[in-house]
Amino acid sequence: MFCSAFMSNYFNEMFSGKTVRPPYQGLDSWSADMPQELRSLKQSEAEALFRRIGITFAVYGDGGDPDRLIPFDMFPRVFSAGEWHKLELGVKQRARALNAFLADVYYRGEIIRAGRIPADLVYRNEAFERAVMDIKPARGVYSHIVGVDLVRTGPDEFFVLEDNCRTPSGVSYMLENREIMMRMFPQLFRENRIAPVEHYPKMLRRTLASVAPERCDRAPCVVILTPGHFNSAYYEHSFLADMMGVELVEASDLFVEGDFVWMRTTEGPQRVDVIYRRIDDAYLDPLCFRPDSMLGVPGLMNVYRSGGVTIASAPGAGVADDKAIYTFVPEMIRFYLGEEPILNNVPTWQCAKNDDCKHVLENLGDLVVKEVHGSGGYGMLVGPKSTKEQIAAFADKIRENPGNYIAQPTLALSTCPTFVDEGIAPRHVDLRPYCLVGESIELVPGGLTRVALTEGSLVVNSSQGGGVKDTWVMA
Amino acid sequence: MLSRTASNLFWIGRYMERAETGARLLNVGARNALIPNTGGGYRNEWESILAAGGHANAFAEKYGEPNQRNIESFMFFDMDNPASIASCMEAARENGRIVRTALTSQVWDALNSGFQEIREMRRTERSKMSISDLIDWTHSQAALVRGAIDGTQLRADGFDFLHLGYALERADSTARLLDVKYYVLLPQIDYVGSGFDNYQWETVLRANSAHRAFHWAYGGEVTPAKIADFLILNRKSPRSLITSAENAMHHLDRLSRAYGRGTEARTRVRSIVGELAETTIEDIFDEGLHEFLTRVIGEVSILSGLIHAAYLSGEMR
Repeated sequence: MFCSAFMSNYFNEMFSGKTVRPPYQGLDSWSADMPQELRSLKQSEAEALFRRIGITFAVYGDGGDPDRLIPFDMFPRVFSAGEWHKLELGVKQRARALNAFLADVYYRGEIIRAGRIPADLVYRNEAFERAVMDIKPARGVYSHIVGVDLVRTGPDEFFVLEDNCRTPSGVSYMLENREIMMRMFPQLFRENRIAPVEHYPKMLRRTLASVAPERCDRAPCVVILTPGHFNSAYYEHSFLADMMGVELVEASDLFVEGDFVWMRTTEGPQRVDVIYRRIDDAYLDPLCFRPDSMLGVPGLMNVYRSGGVTIASAPGAGVADDKAIYTFVPEMIRFYLGEEPILNNVPTWQCAKNDDCKHVLENLGDLVVKEVHGSGGYGMLVGPKSTKEQIAAFADKIRENPGNYIAQPTLALSTCPTFVDEGIAPRHVDLRPYCLVGESIELVPGGLTRVALTEGSLVVNSSQGGGVKDTWVMA
Repeated sequence: MLSRTASNLFWIGRYMERAETGARLLNVGARNALIPNTGGGYRNEWESILAAGGHANAFAEKYGEPNQRNIESFMFFDMDNPASIASCMEAARENGRIVRTALTSQVWDALNSGFQEIREMRRTERSKMSISDLIDWTHSQAALVRGAIDGTQLRADGFDFLHLGYALERADSTARLLDVKYYVLLPQIDYVGSGFDNYQWETVLRANSAHRAFHWAYGGEVTPAKIADFLILNRKSPRSLITSAENAMHHLDRLSRAYGRGTEARTRVRSIVGELAETTIEDIFDEGLHEFLTRVIGEVSILSGLIHAAYLSGEMR
């Protein structure tokens, strides 16, 4: 019943040959014994649950459904405790280095003086925020939630695809996927020792409270700032606010008076100490960033500058997760921490460099090319999956503006068994764990596994037809 | 509570009550269409139903002929009509989605399932849904939401804002429904006992889902004074103006206590309740029913403005 004829050259996380790898042993009989009818029943049950809870994901563009569900695959993705231990150390190391880098480039810029990173790449970066130079955020933390996108190519080979230092999304799926799996397959959770993830909201709240401004002399008031209910991730914002027990505010709910930020409540103004913002820097404060914008809280940056409020992630944090800076993260780890990187980068060619660009153009058919500032799988080229015409058209785009592109080899992404129409088949997966940085650095044992549901596809983004899985770490 | 959250809750109440009002109007129309057409009867009913919602022009522009199928489309499905049942339910659900965290999952489920079912209905052939199915569905959906609110919501400020929305919308719709038909209730000797009036009066009661309750409460002959009394001054009637005003007062009192602060809205609602409690139906007919109702509609809108200023705008210090 298991069709492994295809994709046999990729690392299969469950099977090596005919034997089941240890972390997946509890799932072998579960999946083999599940009759087709039960499976369809459970699948529609899961979908109904998602719809009822209201977990939807808006798709932009023509014909996009504002209430689309992200497809949920019931086959869990599993890590052994040992595998996870290594990932955890690697992710935490990266989160520390990225924060050290941010604290450095907005202060003395030692890493640039030392010649380890070209000054241009930092100071002329679109995401570099001159307005926050010399401001020291509470505890020196800039990026409080670091989402690290990882792929696996072998038993011990993990690569970091990119870092997300601003506002990585998707954590609500990590939590809801688990809730739904526990509800549908309680037996599995009794038989396997699966580390829980449900304390994530509590940890997030503690992390945010720990970075309240020094001036805050009471239990800090934390809020989540959302662009509003038309945003594709609105469900996540409201879910997190609910689980953390904090207010979900829009910019119009906030105003600045005196040295503080306040929110409008039915009982009058209430002071806000920590803002977990899910909006871009540009829309934080029209007085500081975009005079033409009607959005944002006028005066917010003044309060931030004088230490009256903490903004998480700090304005300017985006410069660390830029795709051009990404190449230098191993260098940061060596420079700031004096350690060797635990997780590898994917080798990356910068089209901004002449030699690299030449190589990229000559080998487009084998490479994945991305926009430096792009996200969500839009505007990228997957060489091996593209036609000659698509490749030629993309080459023109690169020649036009080489600095806008980076290229990476097409990785042999690992596969995980996935329920498909014909039964169970391997599909490519990636992983995004969420690292919290405050008084301490913490990581819940789990993350968001995204799966490319189309056979052979390597693109896992939900905007491109990817799905999600529950991610288990065995205790 | 955030002012914006309070505002969303308030509007959930208003929209759900508005959807129910729509269903009641449809019910009256559907019923009248079954009654023999004496004296040009039923056509006028459909028109007065449109008039009650204040949509006669919008309807004529889009549909022309006021026949049952068109009215059904307009009053149930039409998203261009902001007072259609579908519009109200979707608006209530959208307000609920925005403040998802301020609602219990039961309330959210009730709001969301209504929305999902309407989407389903749009894909169903119209001939397979009778008007009475649509009406019943709306009533039970509204009851589901209200039941979930009363059964599961924490008795905190959010609960009060939901109910304020219901109470104000109900006062407004009762006053408007009465106002459209006020001429039927005017004491005119020639009509009394002619059969025509009985049928018209029943219509007023039905539009307020009150015809059976009325008979229990009053018994005997149906007279205009009794009907007006029932819908304006009777505390037993769940939709009378005084009941709605007292509900609003109750929830404004609770808010004042919870926040330890009086508001102009509370002062105003007290004077409205005070006046209704002191008034007799004779006083109202003396003033003129239409004049009285116009004044009440104005009062409700002022009260709504005061509630907004006190709680929903966030300007109050």
